[in-house]
Amino acid sequence: MELGQMQGRLAEYTRSLYMEGILDAQFLQLQQLQDESNPDFVVEVVSLFFEDSEKLLNDIARALDQQSVDFKRVDAHVHQLKGSSASVGAQRVKDACVAFRNCCEEQNVEGCLRCLQQVKQEHYLVKNKLETLFRLEQQIVAAGGSVPMAEMTF
Amino acid sequence: MENGFSSPRNDSFPAGLRVLVVDDDPTWLKILEKMLKKCSYEVTTCGLARDALNLLRERKDGYDIVISDVNMPDMDGFKLLEHVGLEMDLPVIMMSVDGETGRVMKGVQHGACDYLLKPIRMKELRNIWQHVFRKKILEIRDIEGHESFEGIQISRNGSDLSDDGHMFCGEDMTSVKKRKDFDNKHDEKDFGDHSSAKKHRVVWSVDLHQKFVKAVNQIGFDKVGPKKILDLMNVPWLTRENVASHLQKYRLYLSRLQKESDLKASFGGIKHSDMHLKDPAGSFGLQSSINTNQNDVANGRYQFSAHKLFGQDVDVKILEGDLKGIFSEHMPDTKKTLNADNPDPQETSSQMSFDHSFASLGSEVNYEAFDCRIWSEAPKIELKREHKPLLQLEDGFSQLPPCAPEHHVKIDKLHPVPSVTSGLSLTARDVSGPIKNEPLYAEYQSNRVSHVSPKKCESFPVQSKSHMVVNHQSYESVSTAISSMKPQGFNLSCITDFDYSQRNLKASDSTLAPFNETACLLQGDFHNKYFGLPNIEFTGCNDPSFLAEIPVHWHDTLTSDYECPLDPTEYSIFDQGLFIA
Repeated sequence: MELGQMQGRLAEYTRSLYMEGILDAQFLQLQQLQDESNPDFVVEVVSLFFEDSEKLLNDIARALDQQSVDFKRVDAHVHQLKGSSASVGAQRVKDACVAFRNCCEEQNVEGCLRCLQQVKQEHYLVKNKLETLFRLEQQIVAAGGSVPMAEMTF
Repeated sequence: MENGFSSPRNDSFPAGLRVLVVDDDPTWLKILEKMLKKCSYEVTTCGLARDALNLLRERKDGYDIVISDVNMPDMDGFKLLEHVGLEMDLPVIMMSVDGETGRVMKGVQHGACDYLLKPIRMKELRNIWQHVFRKKILEIRDIEGHESFEGIQISRNGSDLSDDGHMFCGEDMTSVKKRKDFDNKHDEKDFGDHSSAKKHRVVWSVDLHQKFVKAVNQIGFDKVGPKKILDLMNVPWLTRENVASHLQKYRLYLSRLQKESDLKASFGGIKHSDMHLKDPAGSFGLQSSINTNQNDVANGRYQFSAHKLFGQDVDVKILEGDLKGIFSEHMPDTKKTLNADNPDPQETSSQMSFDHSFASLGSEVNYEAFDCRIWSEAPKIELKREHKPLLQLEDGFSQLPPCAPEHHVKIDKLHPVPSVTSGLSLTARDVSGPIKNEPLYAEYQSNRVSHVSPKKCESFPVQSKSHMVVNHQSYESVSTAISSMKPQGFNLSCITDFDYSQRNLKASDSTLAPFNETACLLQGDFHNKYFGLPNIEFTGCNDPSFLAEIPVHWHDTLTSDYECPLDPTEYSIFDQGLFIA
């Protein structure tokens, strides 16, 4: 595939992520923060996020698995996850966390487990999407091209 | 270390701002670090609150501002906030993905100068320097107030007495500015020390002031000197310097009273010319101003003007005869006090008219309180120039309630009553002093050369409308107090309400802020730029923390803050307030 086509594909793909609400403006901000002094900034940040979030998800699962569930603790973890996902612009994950916190308030284990599932799903989805995105970017860079700066037009 | 703040006029400011970021989320830490670096700030990141505190303690002057997340595992963000505020006195910004009002409120209560919601935008981070700058300015003012006041007072003594105050701005501006610059630099170095070792301010309570006046009268006004007064007063903790500065103010006040004996008539000029003040000249500006700029007044200009009242010489005259009516209308308290010597507090249309304006201000005005305030702060006036009175006024405001009943107005003998109005005008002049709002004053001064502008009156009524009413009231009370002041001086019982006024000030912060800004902008002085008001994000950080931090100097700050916005309208209002009192 030639460079131009790849760039087009990337742009389109990125746009779809925004449109579907998988990513929000924060991700765009991250991209804008990236510069020559930090060419892999976005990738680094996203990696950090997934590292951290996976740990959090495990902690949550463990907490919900207890005989007597400590909802405060669960809520604290979810809150953290919410903050993290907001940092990279993982909008759907963040929204799922908000719903999750409501379940925690209700102290409903079943509900919480369901919420956890939802969060995991969204988390998995955004992870995949971003991996694809980065791959596309790499291909462009490898082909000698530059990744176009995304712009929010919607 | 040089951090760009030592000279506000440094072009690179706020580049190099040393920020400490504390957040347990590594992703956010990385992002914030990048964002802050993009703002050309110097960033240090910390994942734990404990580590952050250690870093801060190790290098007390190593950071300019702290940004911290609210939710952290090892320590509550609010706790960290408290620690930093107490130990290092640095501005702290809180962050959270949770923007619930209760949380934000908690942050503000604990002293956060701002509360940002995640995800944070670049523009929000770009502006954080204002919190640092604001703090520095307040500190400078505070320090200068302590240090320079005395010096300025003495040096200005001659000129103050000789000219009628209008000249102040012109001549003093430059000198004050220079002095201020010098002090700024000087102070900057000592900031670390100053912030923790604030000078003790002498609060000139009513009793204290009465002692003072008694001593002065005993010695004989012509022969009076600080040392003699100090000896007679027999107040162990009072220093010669305190007395000297207070005496200076007193002298100015008296001289103004004399000069403005015909201003009484002008007092009547307040909006309702049927006031029977002798001189319709309206140099007071009370007349017309009452109506117009209420908004300004409301917002804190009032405060400013209040201070100025101190210097105003107009009041005394007016107060003496004609005010009685005025006060009586509005404030039952003041009326009583004011009318001690005046048989007819309630009569005359002039009174009515006057009352009108004051009525709007609120009936709680304790002029007396005002009086007290005026004097209480006198020694501390930060402003090199006459600003100091401003300080006093501030206090007066707060003081209102308690003072009212204490003073019996002897209008006839109100000489000591500071001419509030003149004070106001003075302030304009004075403003050019240390406070960065200087330009404002300078300009004001030029406007004011002739007199307190008629607009003053206008501002007064405005005050009543806003939540600044409290201030107004104090203002009013001050004026009444002034008028009611016995020959001996001000009834300085007002110290008590400082908190009250403080609270009010805080409340009015938001309103004040815009005015300050406007005022400054109006004046169009470059000082505004330095002043850091451009953002006027008072609402964002009404700085209860900063207000709380500076309870003592609060009035100082206020005065200085409000100096800028003080414009002729405010002055007039101020004048009116004086009269009303």
